[in-house]
Amino acid sequence: MSREEMDALAKERLVGIARTWYDQMRDGIVPFIRLPTRTKRNIAYDDATEVWKYGERESTRAASTEKGAVHLLKMAYLIGFLKQQLVENRSSTLRELYYISEGWKKAKFTAQDESNLLIEDLEIITDVQREAFHLRPEEDGASLFGPLRIRENTRRGAKEMHCQDDVGEAGYPIPNNVDNLEFIDHDAKFVIAIETGGMYARLMENGFDEEYGAILVHLKGQPARSTRRVLRRLNDSLNLPVVVFTDGDPWSYRIYASVAYGSIKSAHMSDILATPQAQFIGVQPSDISDYNLPADHLTEQDINALKAELTDPRFATDYWRTQINLQLDMKVKSEQQAFASRGLDFVTKEYLPKRLSEMGII
Amino acid sequence: MVLAEDLAKQQRSISVAEFFEKNKHLLGFDSPTRGIITTIKEAVDNALDACEEAEVLPDIFVGIKKVDAEVYRITVEDNGPGIVPENVPLVFGKLLYGSRFHQIRQSRGQQGIGISAAVLYAQLTTGIPTQVVSRTGAKARAHRFELMIKTETNEPEIISHEEIDWDRTHGTRIEIQFKSTLAAKKRLVDYLRLTAIVNPHARITADIDGEMTVFERVSGEVPPCPKPILPHPHGIEFGALKRIAAASTGTVEEFLIGSFSKVGKKTADEMIALANLKPTRKVNKLESDELKRLLDAMQAVKVPAPPAQQCLSPIGEDLICKGLEKEIQLDFIKARTRPSAVYGGHSFIIEAAIGYGGKVPPEGTAQLFRFANRVPLLYQQGACAITSCASQVNWKSYGLSQQGLPMGPVLVMVHVASTNVPFTSESKDAVASIPEIEREVVLVLQELGRELKTYLYRRDKKKQQDDRARAICSIIPEIAIKVSEIVERPLVDTSPIEGKIMRKVVAKKRTVDGKVCIDVNNYTAKEVTLVLYNLSRDAAEDAVPRPDFVDSMDGEYNKVWRRTLDAGEAWHIAYTGSGDGSVDLRGVEDGVKVVVDLDV
Repeated sequence: MSREEMDALAKERLVGIARTWYDQMRDGIVPFIRLPTRTKRNIAYDDATEVWKYGERESTRAASTEKGAVHLLKMAYLIGFLKQQLVENRSSTLRELYYISEGWKKAKFTAQDESNLLIEDLEIITDVQREAFHLRPEEDGASLFGPLRIRENTRRGAKEMHCQDDVGEAGYPIPNNVDNLEFIDHDAKFVIAIETGGMYARLMENGFDEEYGAILVHLKGQPARSTRRVLRRLNDSLNLPVVVFTDGDPWSYRIYASVAYGSIKSAHMSDILATPQAQFIGVQPSDISDYNLPADHLTEQDINALKAELTDPRFATDYWRTQINLQLDMKVKSEQQAFASRGLDFVTKEYLPKRLSEMGII
Repeated sequence: MVLAEDLAKQQRSISVAEFFEKNKHLLGFDSPTRGIITTIKEAVDNALDACEEAEVLPDIFVGIKKVDAEVYRITVEDNGPGIVPENVPLVFGKLLYGSRFHQIRQSRGQQGIGISAAVLYAQLTTGIPTQVVSRTGAKARAHRFELMIKTETNEPEIISHEEIDWDRTHGTRIEIQFKSTLAAKKRLVDYLRLTAIVNPHARITADIDGEMTVFERVSGEVPPCPKPILPHPHGIEFGALKRIAAASTGTVEEFLIGSFSKVGKKTADEMIALANLKPTRKVNKLESDELKRLLDAMQAVKVPAPPAQQCLSPIGEDLICKGLEKEIQLDFIKARTRPSAVYGGHSFIIEAAIGYGGKVPPEGTAQLFRFANRVPLLYQQGACAITSCASQVNWKSYGLSQQGLPMGPVLVMVHVASTNVPFTSESKDAVASIPEIEREVVLVLQELGRELKTYLYRRDKKKQQDDRARAICSIIPEIAIKVSEIVERPLVDTSPIEGKIMRKVVAKKRTVDGKVCIDVNNYTAKEVTLVLYNLSRDAAEDAVPRPDFVDSMDGEYNKVWRRTLDAGEAWHIAYTGSGDGSVDLRGVEDGVKVVVDLDV
């Protein structure tokens, strides 16, 4: 879809909400809107897309109480603002939006959380992502490095570049709006998403990308939406397998889960954000004993988090049950850089090649 | 046995005065701060009791004045019947001397130690004698005494005695000076306020180191003075039985009928038969084991409850509410007086009240006011049966949160009126756990809890309606403006929503650009005739339509319009002004009208 078409669609969907309210009021109906309930209990696995999406539960927000009415008033102001932004071809950040509401009197936001949630509500109702409303997130996307040629539609025209040859040590920074990105060609066999910057730099320094035809993607902890969308697109459109390389602790397994299965907060977009085919490469709890990695003791919170994962439907597979129970027995965790205890090259020469061939990727 | 002889030389009897001199805490003199409160409490209790006996409306003055760094002069003066001069030294200068100890009826003081303990405390800390002025009537002159207590003998020591002129026709005034501090001033004022609450017929004027506070009376009727009754056969112990039996001259039958309440010939004969005694036996000739049998028989036979109406004086639901309302601003107040009940032969009545909102602190646990025989209980709240009962009630089912006591802007008051309040100690701070009393307290609090729940439900419903009215009349029109702008169509009319949802008479006031607009819509199915009041600083000379009546006072104008509106009819008033003030709609039932001030 072209940029103009996308803008027109976003505008039409937003104005559509206002039109519904207009008609409701004209007919003597207190204006209202329906939304799926955004809680853990309302998350269901969708067989067709293999991701977790919102379920059947719905809640209604109506202007029949002061609180409800103010909520709708805020949404009306927000729609009015976004429509204007689309008409004038401008953009703003979530933070700027929060400040813009200063002048909205009763419709003013009390905290940024409130405006962020309203934006997510609008994404859900319109089935359009916030990038289409010309809203930019604050945080930078992460970066990628590898044998991939791309074209990015920037404000200053289209730029073409190769993500190994045309970029520096930091790699290619993933833009906030991934829709402006086109993959031209590539020489890659798979994508490896890496939790920490240290390991990303290690793989780059050791030439792992060149040796194995790997696209390295830095996750920077819990990955931003744009990073997740790039992973999904690399998997989807280039048919490249994706593996996720994190620390060996319960929080890192959740990073893997949000890449592979989607998150609760953005379940309305799981089908474009999640990569169900993504596989976990490590650090596996079994690696800690197999390779005798330096380890820390699990804290009380770690143990609780692992136990919670045992009841999480997203981790209900034999592989995860075995690994998590093993970790609960061993009571230890290791970071991905613990492999350095066996030499700086161990991870790229031994561990990753062995795991990748076990997984049938190389 | 030289040692025993030596020891014997040291053994001697102890006078009560000496005993209390060493055990001040037993009477509430454990600290200088508490001393003031205890003294005032004892003197005020006596004053109130005396006034009630004489059937005069109490007018009590309480004065506290600092005389030097640590010494305070406490003055309490009443308009009671006064004390005959011969008795003044005994009442104030002898511990355990009083008029009410041997009587079975509700009264504040009982043992006759309180005020003389204060006299004792004064002579211990400052050595200054206590001054008492008393006058018994217009025909008598006033007598002025300076008194101390001889502790070894517990006898009064009259330092001076003279006849003087006094402007009061009757009454008593006491002045005591002892070492103390005013650290507990707040508690002292609380005590006076609480006393005023449960004695709504009393006026109490306090001058605390120059600061005057008046607790005005709200009732002009003296509560009937409780009449003493005879002991109830179920409430008597062996020692007491033996004593009164020894003093009696009649037969067992005459004794039972004549010395106990609710015992007639039939009941007496039943007791005598059960005790296996001859009815003609002289009661003062009975042996100990015979008396014991008689006592058992007295307990075993069923006897009606003692005559509570005669010996008790509950405050009454109406006066409890009035008393609380005058001292504490409340949004809701309800009181209950339970029917009289009995424990161990002693009559008692439980009264309670529950208050909500107003000036009651909204955070934390409820305020608990405890009273016994119209006297506030200030200390040892945790040890008191009233507290444990208030914590036992499941307040959550009445819409309050609870941490032991209920939480929130709640006030709980409980009054135990009895011929014998079972205190946990002589300082009379806490009521002991007596199952019969606890049951009554819990029951009355549950009754009141249900009342509160109804109130809270109605209030929440009202709030919900107001909330809805504000949403519909104020915010939906704003949504309409914005939405119409977005869809680029003419402003959508939201009055159909108002009409459909409200089905009421709706009055809205809104001020825009110096123009005050009042819209009244009759969304009901009936014609209504209404009167609209608008009180504000605007003279509204250009009002369209003209008000039917304008009344101005202190720069405020009360504008009144009268109008009949058909079902579905709308009416609009506008004038130039700043839009302060208020709108009120009358002539329409509360349930079918909504008044919204959109400027607020």
